[in-house]
Amino acid sequence: MLINAPETVVADALRGMAAAHPELNVDVENRVIVRRDAPVAGQVGLVSGGGSGHEPLHGGFVGPGMLSAACPGEVFTSPVPDQMLRAATAVDGGAGVLFIVKNYTGDVLNFDMAAELAEDEGIRLAKVLVNDDVAVIDSLFTAGRRGTGATLFVEKIAGAAAEAGAPLDRVEAIARQVNENSRSFGVALSSVTTPAKGTPTFDLPSGELELGIGIHGEPGRERRSTMTSREIADFAVDAVLEDRPPTGPVLVLVNGMGATPLLELYGFNAEVQRVLTQRGVTVARTLVGNYVTSLDMAGCSVTICQADEELLRWWDAPVQTPGLRWGR
Amino acid sequence: MLDAEFFRRWLLLSADLIDRDAAHLTELDSAIGDADHGSNLQRGFTAVRTALEQESPATPGAVLMLAGRRLISTVGGASGPLYGTLLRRTGKELGESTEVSPGELGEALRAGVAAVAQLGGAKAGDKTMLDSLEPAVAALDDSSASFGAAREAAAKGTLATVPLVARKGRASYLGERSAGHEDPGAASSALIIAALADTSEATK
Repeated sequence: MLINAPETVVADALRGMAAAHPELNVDVENRVIVRRDAPVAGQVGLVSGGGSGHEPLHGGFVGPGMLSAACPGEVFTSPVPDQMLRAATAVDGGAGVLFIVKNYTGDVLNFDMAAELAEDEGIRLAKVLVNDDVAVIDSLFTAGRRGTGATLFVEKIAGAAAEAGAPLDRVEAIARQVNENSRSFGVALSSVTTPAKGTPTFDLPSGELELGIGIHGEPGRERRSTMTSREIADFAVDAVLEDRPPTGPVLVLVNGMGATPLLELYGFNAEVQRVLTQRGVTVARTLVGNYVTSLDMAGCSVTICQADEELLRWWDAPVQTPGLRWGR
Repeated sequence: MLDAEFFRRWLLLSADLIDRDAAHLTELDSAIGDADHGSNLQRGFTAVRTALEQESPATPGAVLMLAGRRLISTVGGASGPLYGTLLRRTGKELGESTEVSPGELGEALRAGVAAVAQLGGAKAGDKTMLDSLEPAVAALDDSSASFGAAREAAAKGTLATVPLVARKGRASYLGERSAGHEDPGAASSALIIAALADTSEATK
């Protein structure tokens, strides 16, 4: 691993990020990344965060048109309420703050605690939970579906609405709608190695793959022997479409888990588009790349979000962040 | 009677036991979670140790409240809020007294464990820390001898998580595949309870 020590991985990355992105205010000690022009008066602040190891999510999505601030936790570990409160205070320009929270027990508990503290300080606050992963059976007997690729759609689209001056309740409603319209499914071709452990989290013999993985090296629900890109696309896209058949044009995210080359991701995207065409789904926009990663895991996920004209307009709006940048 | 110094030593010993078993806890977590439980708790209890070396709260309740706040501020994940709530709620129940009886501590711990169950929305049998904490606090009575019984109950409860299918937390994503593994949260909770009994026995 290209690290100094497991204990300093996050702080080292933040120092490097600060050096590479002077347009961001990176507080290495308190672990908060904030747009330099924050707080923007009259603009809703968008704060997200989560364990590190998913870069560019979330810190790489801070900037005009997307997040106002991000709180990086330890690797695969939710940040703490102190960070979220600091972020909320830094970005509150009087129009309120929206917390975008991926549905994991730790993230939910810490953001809940932070929300209470922020409200005590007089900050108007709303929360949106992202839970798009269809591999998890959603029931009272599990922690519920995980937040994965749809987080990018929520942060980009709600971020554009906030940038345009939409009020808090509107930004919250848009974020909620994007999440409700989105579904994801992920596949691992290799395990993940956390700096803390130093060896693979689960044992996945080469030539086998794990279907329905999360983004933390949680093993999936089913293991198969080698499948081609075509077969994986059939399986993943169908899992997504069965859960929520789209009734209009969609956004597609073909996301790499960190160690799968773009060459393979583009090849996989060709198969994803083929299946979608066969199923009669119209694709409005496609994004291919490593956006919601899982350290050094090889594999990919597919996220599909049904997007009406308004959502598409927010999607196309300019964005200027280290990880996503277009328009203007 | 148990004074602030007793609670300080209990938490310092907890930190020692977490240090000792951190690699094991992370190993358990890699089977059904995300391979960081030991290092996360180690970071938190190291911060607790530092806080207790710098400050000397005068009451048992204040010691637990301070430790709980440090855990919430440093651990992250689900463990931070859950362990932080356990200590803070227990400390709050103990109030301002400078000394508390084992019976009062037992009552306070039962309230602390109930607060953990409420925050996490879990119950015994879900393959969580409650599977060692609930039998442990149920074993507590008016005597300090019952701390030893709680240690036994927590260890037994931890082992009993092996065949269970997880219903809360990250292990629940595995469904049936979570069975056959000891729950890391139950294991770390048993260490805290063991530290309580060990501290009490060392005091005699």
